[in-house]
Amino acid sequence: MSNYKPTIPIGPYHPLQEEPEFYKLVVDGEKVVDVDVRIGYNHRGIEKVSESKSFDQSIFVVERICGICSSSHPITCVQALEDIGKIEVPERALYIRSIVQELERLHSHMLWLGLAGHFLGYNTVFMWGWKYREPICDIMETVTGNRQNYAMLKVGGVRRDIEKEHVSYILTRLDDFWKQLDMLKGAILDDPVLHSRLKGVGILSREAAIDYGALGPVARASGVDIDVRRDHPYAAYDRIKWNVITQNEGDVFAKTVVRILEMFESVSIIRQCLEKMPAGPIDSNPKDVPAGEGIGQAEAPRGECFHYIKSDGTNSPMRHKIRAPTYMNFPTFRETVIGQTVSDATIILAAIDPCYCCTERMIVVDDKDNNIMTAQDMIRLSQEKTRKIRERMLG
Amino acid sequence: MTIDQILGSINDKFGSKVLKTHKTGDKRAYVDIYPKDIVDIVRFMLKDLSLRFNIASAVDDFDGIEILYHFSLDPAGFVVTIRAIIKDKEDPHIDTITNVTKAAWWIEREMHELFGVNFIGNTDLRPLLLPDDWPKGVYPLRKSFISPKRDSRKS
Amino acid sequence: MGLKETVLSKSIYVFHASSGSCNNCDIELLDCLVPRYDLERFGIVLVGSIKHADAMLCTGSTNRLCVPRIKKVYEMMPKPGFVVAWGACGSSRGMFKDSYNTGVPLDEVIPVDVYIPGCPPKPEAIIGGLLKLIEKIKAKKG
Repeated sequence: MSNYKPTIPIGPYHPLQEEPEFYKLVVDGEKVVDVDVRIGYNHRGIEKVSESKSFDQSIFVVERICGICSSSHPITCVQALEDIGKIEVPERALYIRSIVQELERLHSHMLWLGLAGHFLGYNTVFMWGWKYREPICDIMETVTGNRQNYAMLKVGGVRRDIEKEHVSYILTRLDDFWKQLDMLKGAILDDPVLHSRLKGVGILSREAAIDYGALGPVARASGVDIDVRRDHPYAAYDRIKWNVITQNEGDVFAKTVVRILEMFESVSIIRQCLEKMPAGPIDSNPKDVPAGEGIGQAEAPRGECFHYIKSDGTNSPMRHKIRAPTYMNFPTFRETVIGQTVSDATIILAAIDPCYCCTERMIVVDDKDNNIMTAQDMIRLSQEKTRKIRERMLG
Repeated sequence: MTIDQILGSINDKFGSKVLKTHKTGDKRAYVDIYPKDIVDIVRFMLKDLSLRFNIASAVDDFDGIEILYHFSLDPAGFVVTIRAIIKDKEDPHIDTITNVTKAAWWIEREMHELFGVNFIGNTDLRPLLLPDDWPKGVYPLRKSFISPKRDSRKS
Repeated sequence: MGLKETVLSKSIYVFHASSGSCNNCDIELLDCLVPRYDLERFGIVLVGSIKHADAMLCTGSTNRLCVPRIKKVYEMMPKPGFVVAWGACGSSRGMFKDSYNTGVPLDEVIPVDVYIPGCPPKPEAIIGGLLKLIEKIKAKKG
């Protein structure tokens, strides 16, 4: 008889509880034995929409693929178009592209840190992480005009310049952010409870990471040394000094370390870009995109974004293939969660850093008793496990 | 390894099976092959040349359905794309590469439901993105499919 | 104004439902909970269950897979209940209105009381929109 006792009766109060889909975990007792993934809840047919828009409009459409990677997809898209026509981009625009991308990486990783804290029961980390994220959104608003959906990229350059009077404001905010991040880093990475909670959990081996084509921090935490900014240099990344952060253990703790240390690197990159950015135009004003095919790649906070665009000489893409990094990372969830406990499933999924909405949609089905647990229950289980570890360790 | 060395290796190994190679700059190359040779070439790219599989993409073109398999050589920073054109648009099919790499697991499901391509040997071609009640035989990313434009407020 | 309306106008419990969004609107909602904006000081609390909610905050471009679910969630909401359509996608499907996977806008699936346009609406706009909802509640029985 199964000793797994779900605590929530069947009775839909979450939109997706009616039909157990999206992440359906099948458990036996405490252990996850199988997982089925069904996506499509966010499928808006963007590739087809892009075919009916002009190239300029497509850039705004792809910005809304994922709100958090809101500059990565446009950078990839414009690079694919520039690849078709071998269009040059002015130096200053390259530096501005790097600055915008790194600011996005900062806000995305800090957002992730907050959510991970929430899933583990560290609600202070959630509140403070998101509080420290606000000045980054302020910088974004100062530089680009909006907290999210920046509308900064265009073929041949960027749409807005960074004014001289904003540079000292940005640097001051980044100094504060560095101190706050340092404090959070100490609190999180030196916490013995988190060591016990996260080390050895959800390990993705190096071989599996390569076989699944994993990207970004998920791959780098498993010892796979890939980073589009270094390997396929774009924007201004080959003009400044920075490090690719890797770990070897492949567990949730390693993924946390990678993301935290990457934030320090991002601050350093932004500082160097602001210092080295030359004066000059920000737009090479290309007239049109010729017929041909092009590929763009960029390192989003979650990994490599990849766009393939085929142009037939008209003003619209004939085909626009978009591949977000999470598309390659999601399948690794199957690899990392089978054999783990239900209470770890939430943090293992969160460690892949999918969209918040996607993590909302996980449910558990107990094979034997046909009982269902919702995402809220699983978050509670996860927080409960942390509390028990803390009590055991700290008395 | 340079991109020319990669193209040279592919030509040496596969000879007449390579229909055409085409470079667009130092960092991009496209290699055209017959669909029936796809598994051998993908295995060679991944295992022998140690490239990374980025993604596959399908294009509904005049001469058929093109399936492009994109591979990166990360340390050198270039992308080599293998192109296989399936001429039969009524029943397009090609061998699956999921036995060679798990990274193609989802994209084959997606290309199956959005283009109607059958991946022979792939036992999991369930819908990934579209709703279950999506009509069979209707493939949204084919050029023949026109998205319904409807301003509901005017009706 | 009846007791129900008085209570509702003092403290609204909201439930967040996404019908296929890019997450920007959803993140901006969570932003409202954190120290800088702190929606809870207005008595507005985000709840985990629709059965505890007074208002449904809907984001997303009403994806086909989500239409029956959104309807079901609306039916489960205890009445009087209100719906806030949030963001350009929630209001009208925005740039996805011609997509093959977004059939109808949200207000053809469930009745919408307040629209908060924006892509995404800033936290200040969200707070403003929720205050408009409160005014609407007061005006209903005023």
